[in-house]
Amino acid sequence: MSAPLFFGGRVVGHTRAAPPVVRSGDRATIDCQSTYYTHVNDAVRQAFAEGVQTVCLDNVNGQRYIGTGLAGADRRIEVHGTPGQALGMFMDGPTIEVFGNAQDGVGNTMNGGTIIVHGSAGDVLGYGMRCGCVYIEGDVGYRVGIHMKAYKDLRPVLVCGGKARDFFGEYMAGGLLVLLGMDSRLPGPVVGGHLATGMHGGELYVRGEIEPWRCGKDVAVFPATAEEMEALGGVLADCCAALAKNLDEVLAAPFVRVRPASLRPYSELYTSL
Amino acid sequence: MPTSFVQAEFRVCIDDDRCRRCGRCVQQCGWGVYSFDERPLPDDVKCRACHRCVTFCPAHAITIEKSPLAFRDNASWQIGLRKSIWRQAETGGVMLTGMGNDKPYFSVFDHLVLDACQVTNPSIDPLREPMELRTYLGAKPDAVQVEADGAGGFRLKPGAGLRNNVELEAPIIFSPMSYGSVSLNVHRSLALAATRCGILMNTGEGGLHEDLFPYQDHVIVQVASGRFGVDPEYLNRGAAVEIKVGQGAKPGIGGHLPGEKIDEDVSVTRRIPCGADAISPAPHHDIYSIEDLRQLIFAIKEATGYKPVGVKIAAVHNVAAIASGIVHAGADYVYLDGFRGGTGAAPQVVRDHIGIPLEIAIAVVDQRLRDEGIRNRASIIAAGSIRSSADMAKAIALGADVVAIGTAALIALGCHLCQGCHTGSCSWGLTTQKAELTRRLDPEWGAERLSNLVRAWSHELKEILGALGVNAIESLRGSRERLRGVGLDAQTCKIIGVKPAGL
Repeated sequence: MSAPLFFGGRVVGHTRAAPPVVRSGDRATIDCQSTYYTHVNDAVRQAFAEGVQTVCLDNVNGQRYIGTGLAGADRRIEVHGTPGQALGMFMDGPTIEVFGNAQDGVGNTMNGGTIIVHGSAGDVLGYGMRCGCVYIEGDVGYRVGIHMKAYKDLRPVLVCGGKARDFFGEYMAGGLLVLLGMDSRLPGPVVGGHLATGMHGGELYVRGEIEPWRCGKDVAVFPATAEEMEALGGVLADCCAALAKNLDEVLAAPFVRVRPASLRPYSELYTSL
Repeated sequence: MPTSFVQAEFRVCIDDDRCRRCGRCVQQCGWGVYSFDERPLPDDVKCRACHRCVTFCPAHAITIEKSPLAFRDNASWQIGLRKSIWRQAETGGVMLTGMGNDKPYFSVFDHLVLDACQVTNPSIDPLREPMELRTYLGAKPDAVQVEADGAGGFRLKPGAGLRNNVELEAPIIFSPMSYGSVSLNVHRSLALAATRCGILMNTGEGGLHEDLFPYQDHVIVQVASGRFGVDPEYLNRGAAVEIKVGQGAKPGIGGHLPGEKIDEDVSVTRRIPCGADAISPAPHHDIYSIEDLRQLIFAIKEATGYKPVGVKIAAVHNVAAIASGIVHAGADYVYLDGFRGGTGAAPQVVRDHIGIPLEIAIAVVDQRLRDEGIRNRASIIAAGSIRSSADMAKAIALGADVVAIGTAALIALGCHLCQGCHTGSCSWGLTTQKAELTRRLDPEWGAERLSNLVRAWSHELKEILGALGVNAIESLRGSRERLRGVGLDAQTCKIIGVKPAGL
């Protein structure tokens, strides 16, 4: 384990050198303590290139871009500690499991794979996400699930176990976004304001009730139907399995579905000469 | 009541004696101007003066005239304003238009002149002497580091040279125009020409069609707020990646590609369903600060093995400070798009009234980066109505490394600036997805025309360099001493760092 560097009493804060890697079969364990993110991510990429299936990152303390741009459905990263911004951005296939909280930008513009966070996460999760699953056990911040989109069999899924702040599901164009509002450490309502503003596609469910004023003007809230809950059941079961939640408890409260008023919100907006 | 007060802007005149009744005009017009009843019958209201029918009439029987319909003169209530009000009173809609700002704003380029050598220093003949236009796009080292080569000389220290730069054979690239706003044949033409000329084309925000994969080393792939078509493969195919924050024609607003333009093929590259609106949010919702921008730049670098990442912004009031932030955020180039920059569709009020002139933006950004000692860390690409090699030379003398051309490239392919891009019915087959129109552009023919244009402008640029007595574009870059203002006010001269002619 490399300690932070000191120069003239000033903590530089990180080590710019390859971190220690321990290989055991198809598993590599990397001690990330104080190591600059580029070296951690180089070590992760190198381990996978050498045929490792699972990379275990210990003592993660804010290193950014873990799993960013990484491909390969059979690859797995375990993060112990707190990963930095843009965890799994542009990711296309691997599974990342975080034993701790995550920061902003989890699954940003993600193309495939699974991210499981056993804790809370920050802002801008799943922005422009196109496929794959993100399951957050706890609370999430602002601007979560903005502009998720689906195409053919690509359908992103983002489930937040706790509460969310403003702009949840803004511009949503496709995919599935679920907010459970359970086990929260946040005071206040399940979700903030401007919920689903500009939504023009996809499915958004919230467990519990939402005051209509929290929604953007172009969406409406309906109780989820039995058919919708049945369709949602599979995702919730997967999520509960991943996060060790009790599915019966999740289903014990009613869900509402937020629907866009129009799938073509701007079709009548323009004229020309 | 009349359905509209807006009368025809043009009059389609067919010389009945010459007309062969062949119907070619009916077939060629994308706007539906012509019907046919023993002879072609034009509906003037639909004509945009794009000259497609004129060009293809075998008898040269068609002329398009400006409607002689008189309006009472009023310098304040110009005719276009009256027409807009009529149209908006009919529909309640936002006026949408295509191409760049057409208002008669003062042009700084047209009030700048270049220097030449006379008597006291020799000019150079580029036809007989080598003239270097090669340009490298990307961050340059802070200093030249050399070491002894052991034979009494010096050599570049290992690792001290250029890293992650894109080599361009001329300081011209094609500006971003998305597949969706333009046709695939336009993209093919641009990609072919970029490859042959050793320059770059830019996907715009609509993704990269697989037909362009063979040319990917000459393609900049763009990441915009909608993230359409952005995945790791897309990012890694490009020679460079560009984060589009703003566009000169519509600074600060997003884009809506209407579902009508999203056909099967466009849907594949954008990765959204057929017929769905492609809505690009006004900002990137993961960029609310320079720190956020840095995060996105380095996320892309991490995902691509540290390819050059540029940031495109519209030229706005505080462009120098913004560009400085972009360079501090780690961008390898800053793309400045002036307020005359083109568009496939933009609200007219935004296109015509938001942003600042490119010339001023180049000069203040270049100066700010020099003042901060970080000019080497990023290249400057200048775009937004680069109309000729003269504009290119002046832009480079003001401080740009490279210019990007979009409208000029489209004009080379047949565009007649009819400003109907947003209609999706371009008769020249450029800004449309209708198969019967897009097939009008043969990519091979298009690439040849674009290559000719780049070659011609390159030759002209060499002539200018020769006249200036320098033999490399490097020597003109940021050399404002070689520019003089004619009819420029003192304040503008001071801001852009150019002396008035005579001094």
